[in-house]
Amino acid sequence: MTAISLKNLDIFYGEAHITHDVNLEIADGESFALVGESGSGKSTVLKAIAGLAPEWTGEINVFGKPRSHGIDRAFSRQCQMVFQDPYGSLHPRKTVDATLGEALTIHGIGDRSARIEEVMSSVGLDRKFRFRFPHQLSGGQRQRVAIARALMLKPKVLLLDEPTSALDVSVQAEILNLLKRLRQEQNLTFLMVTHNLPVVSFLCDRLAVMRQGRIVEVADVADLKRGDLKDPYSRELMHISAAHAN
Amino acid sequence: MNPLLEIENLRVTFPTPRGDLEVVRGLSFTLGRERLGIVGESGSGKSMTGRSILKLVRAPGRVTADKLTFDGIDLLTRSERQMRPIRGARISMVMQDPKFSLNPVMTIGEQIAEALLTHQRLPRREVNNRVLTMLESVRIADPERVAKLYPHEVSGGMGQRVMIAMMLIPEPDLLIADEPTSALDVSVQAQVLDIIDELVKRKGMGLIFISHDLNLVSSYCDRILVMNTGEVVEECKAGELMNAKHPYTRGLIASIPRLDETRTELPVLDRSAWAKK
Repeated sequence: MTAISLKNLDIFYGEAHITHDVNLEIADGESFALVGESGSGKSTVLKAIAGLAPEWTGEINVFGKPRSHGIDRAFSRQCQMVFQDPYGSLHPRKTVDATLGEALTIHGIGDRSARIEEVMSSVGLDRKFRFRFPHQLSGGQRQRVAIARALMLKPKVLLLDEPTSALDVSVQAEILNLLKRLRQEQNLTFLMVTHNLPVVSFLCDRLAVMRQGRIVEVADVADLKRGDLKDPYSRELMHISAAHAN
Repeated sequence: MNPLLEIENLRVTFPTPRGDLEVVRGLSFTLGRERLGIVGESGSGKSMTGRSILKLVRAPGRVTADKLTFDGIDLLTRSERQMRPIRGARISMVMQDPKFSLNPVMTIGEQIAEALLTHQRLPRREVNNRVLTMLESVRIADPERVAKLYPHEVSGGMGQRVMIAMMLIPEPDLLIADEPTSALDVSVQAQVLDIIDELVKRKGMGLIFISHDLNLVSSYCDRILVMNTGEVVEECKAGELMNAKHPYTRGLIASIPRLDETRTELPVLDRSAWAKK
């Protein structure tokens, strides 16, 4: 079954035409990466799916249901987003408990305490952090809270916007392991935006390379590992990554 | 030849409600005209080390050292006023994010000229020529147009190149680059670092490259210090980083995913092992 399907998606910010004719099919349970440089439109695609960039034409379907241009509660139960910067994406004056509980209140779900504790333990956060504020947590702990927040409504799809690029490599490893484990345990579908190809190689099954608002290539991660991408631009990205890692 | 920079037993302390917190704990090294990398995680004290060389640690932070000399000058006893001819002219620093480090209401040309004019008097035509030549040497294709732009009108990569131009135009002897590329894309990172590298080599400057990225540091430096909780845990030649001995360094290296990744789980640092002795 298809989890996310994008057809002829063109996204606009006012006058600016950001993406051109984006087509993607992401299967249920798949982990898919969108890679490219800043300004290539990869994060904008995620934002359009999440409803944060409402000016678009074309089709966005999640589990066969078309997405509207507005806020959509049924949709948010299926699909949630994790943002890049754990220092900027959590409300500084809300405790972890309030951040995690908010979604439950909005959707009128009871059993609040038990659900918060369950999600906290699944992302590896000790109970003692429940009534702390973001500034009392480290970067890695904050990103765990951000992931926990996204999981509160038990969604099937997670949109991940550079979830580890603001973190140290050792903390990045912890978060990547966590995401991999959560995907297995909860049978999640990932759509991840990143410019870090080794991260794609660790976490994803397929990838699409974007440049100037267009998808230039869709490939299997096995091709990436073998160094077998076809498009000249994707090859260039791959060679730069390989050179850096020696 | 005398070393450019000599540091012995450098300590940086911040007072907290629970007593003093030492963020750099007894760091010592000497630097010649070479490229030294300092790596470590957030909170390891690597940026504070860079800042204390320029005496940029503000109160209530305190810097003490048995020795802190630059080219024979004792920096510890220098007043703020006496530091001014050193900052920028002889030691300069490239910061992490061009968005926050460039003046938003001055054109790029004016800012670069200011860096030069703060330290010497020059006729206007020569200033202009030097600004344009400098912009060219950081590979900006049409310097005349770019000099007239404001920082918000250029991309992150170009902003960082402008900052490098600004830091190098007074021809300093030592450049401190504090995470100069972590706000940039991988493809632009390499370009910016190549520029720094080329200029440092051509002018025979000393470079301190502060970063959390082990791979980057090992490909652009001669020597590497690995810092953890304010102390140097390992010092080695860049080429030998992969044979590092300290468990902390090895842990850091192992936790980086590779392009041809086959591990199903990444190894994670066990911090309890060496956090407190």
